[in-house]
Amino acid sequence: MGILKLDNIKMQFGGVVALNNLNIDVEKGKIEALIGPNGAGKTTAFNVITGVYTPTSGDVYYNDKKITGLTPDKITKMGIARTFQNIRLFKNLTVLDNILIANHLHVKSNFLSHTLRMPWSRQEEKNMREKSEMLLDRLGLLSLKNEIASSLPYGEQRKLEIARALATDAKLLLLDEPAAGMNPSETMQLSNFIHDIRDEFQLTIFMIEHHMDLVMEISDKIYVLDFGELIAQGTADEVKNDPRVIEAYLGVEEDA
Amino acid sequence: MIDQRKKHNFKLYNIIIFIVFVAFITALDLKFLGDDYVRRVLSLAAIYTIVSVSMNLVNGFTGLFSLGQAGFMAVGAYTVAIFTVPLEKRAAIFYVVDQNPVLAQIHLPFVVALILGGLLSALIAILIGIPVLRLRSDYLAIATLGFSEIIRIILTNAKSITNGALGIKGIPEMPTMWVFFGVMILSVTLIVLLINSSYGRAFKAIREDEIAAEAMGINLFKHKVMSFAIGAFFAGIGGGLLASLLGTVDPKQFYFTMTYNFLLIIVLGGMGSISGTVIASFIVTIGLEVLRFFDEPLTLLGFNIPLFRAGFRMVIFSALLMILVLFFRNGLLGQKELSWDMITSWFNKKTLRRKEKGGAL
Ligand SMILES: Nc1ncnc2c1ncn2[C@@H]1O[C@H](COP(=O)(O)OP(=O)(O)OP(=O)(O)O)[C@@H](O)[C@H]1O
Ligand SMILES: [Mg+2]
Repeated sequence: MGILKLDNIKMQFGGVVALNNLNIDVEKGKIEALIGPNGAGKTTAFNVITGVYTPTSGDVYYNDKKITGLTPDKITKMGIARTFQNIRLFKNLTVLDNILIANHLHVKSNFLSHTLRMPWSRQEEKNMREKSEMLLDRLGLLSLKNEIASSLPYGEQRKLEIARALATDAKLLLLDEPAAGMNPSETMQLSNFIHDIRDEFQLTIFMIEHHMDLVMEISDKIYVLDFGELIAQGTADEVKNDPRVIEAYLGVEEDA
Repeated sequence: MIDQRKKHNFKLYNIIIFIVFVAFITALDLKFLGDDYVRRVLSLAAIYTIVSVSMNLVNGFTGLFSLGQAGFMAVGAYTVAIFTVPLEKRAAIFYVVDQNPVLAQIHLPFVVALILGGLLSALIAILIGIPVLRLRSDYLAIATLGFSEIIRIILTNAKSITNGALGIKGIPEMPTMWVFFGVMILSVTLIVLLINSSYGRAFKAIREDEIAAEAMGINLFKHKVMSFAIGAFFAGIGGGLLASLLGTVDPKQFYFTMTYNFLLIIVLGGMGSISGTVIASFIVTIGLEVLRFFDEPLTLLGFNIPLFRAGFRMVIFSALLMILVLFFRNGLLGQKELSWDMITSWFNKKTLRRKEKGGAL
């Protein structure tokens, strides 16, 4: 059964149809990828899933529950977290604060008892810190916990953004071009990293990626988008040899 | 460890500074030091600190742009005025239009009226926030400015409640400065605790990047309303204290230009720095008093200098605000807090590179 389902999604901005009749069914526990030339509508699809945009028509289902029209924070609370194509960390805050903020959605006691440091709020804060440090430790970022996020090297910033998404306790991770700007060896490491966290945290991963080596190696299933239309889907081999995919990519070879 | 000892020393310094501060205020309060004028100015600075720190919570830590401080202070001030003036004095104050018969019966202790004023301000903030905080953030500035004006018009016209343009006199004065400084310490402490809690981190996340904050599961609307209402609560408290410091309230006191004082303070102190705001509150309040001589006519060597007249102070004040925004956008402390580490490293840097220009300052 699919964990995420896009049912006939259409997303129109004025005259621009960014997504048309998009049907996607991401299977639980898998790593699946969304590829396509620049401007194909990949990020728009993520924005529709996460509630940044409400689709013109069609519906999004998460674990068979309709989430169309919910605000992004509600969708994250349900278990979908994302990273951004252009890293969006809380730049002036520390690494640890970035992770702690992603824990805030689980906070139960109100602002007054947190301000007055009531015992149950202290406990909540303590648990949150322990959990965050454990996560940072697991991802090899613990030694950087007091660094300001924007001072981290680029690759570490990408990693921190994934860590932050994980800290929400999401079960479905949407990664928008996690390997952008990485060299081949960093990309290889990222590939292992994505595999590892999928297994360890029992995640489903849906990612947008331009690095074809990474996509082909890691994905259980690939969706190919071109001008807002799904032109192919299947395993790496199926997609690689699809004439429409070859055409779409050859047509924009200079950009890709 | 040397570091450990250093930390120990710093803690000691903090305690010493706090004791000196308490001793200083107590000496003033017991009239060993200073005069009534000094006591008034410092009490005013304490009130300005409360309002500025709470404005920084909203504008500096949550990234909203509220200009409603004068309006919220008016709400707090009038609540204290209406409910704490002794019943037997009411008729003499409301001599043009009778006070509303229900209100004329009600007298509240100062503390109750003060808190009620804060809560009323917070309630109004929630009512403003619900429609406006769903919109883009610039709308809040417009809405809060409008609110400040509307409040003034209501205060001028609801004569049976507020006594209109005549204002309300005879508000009981406080026996000690510690009322102002005590509430200041309590308010600043509460706001610091809030900022360093999970909710405070959520506020900062919203300031840093709304889209990312929302993607991390933070309900933007709820947290913005929360921050805005808490800010309004403390502005209301500040207004209530101001009413009892001055002993009188009238609508003209709460002109929206008053809000610019607090804006100057938080920009000078650093948007996102509590210690900077506290320091700037005292600098600006005392500075505005010092600048008062610009408002007096000045005759120099027999010439009457034409610039020196009522209002010139505000010209200088506006120029300062402009210079600040143009050249020292980070203010004294930026988003940092004053710490001994900062002071020692600042002195070290100064002695090492005497000729180089200073950083934040
Ligand atoms: N908010 C918006 N308003 C108007 N048009 C938009 C909006 N968001 C996206 N679009 C348009 O939708 C199309 C798809 O954009 P999208 O960002 O989804 O592409 P993409 O596949 O992620 O491309 P890239 O590989 O460059 O990231 C583009 O033509 C873009 O201009
Ligand atoms: Mg994109």
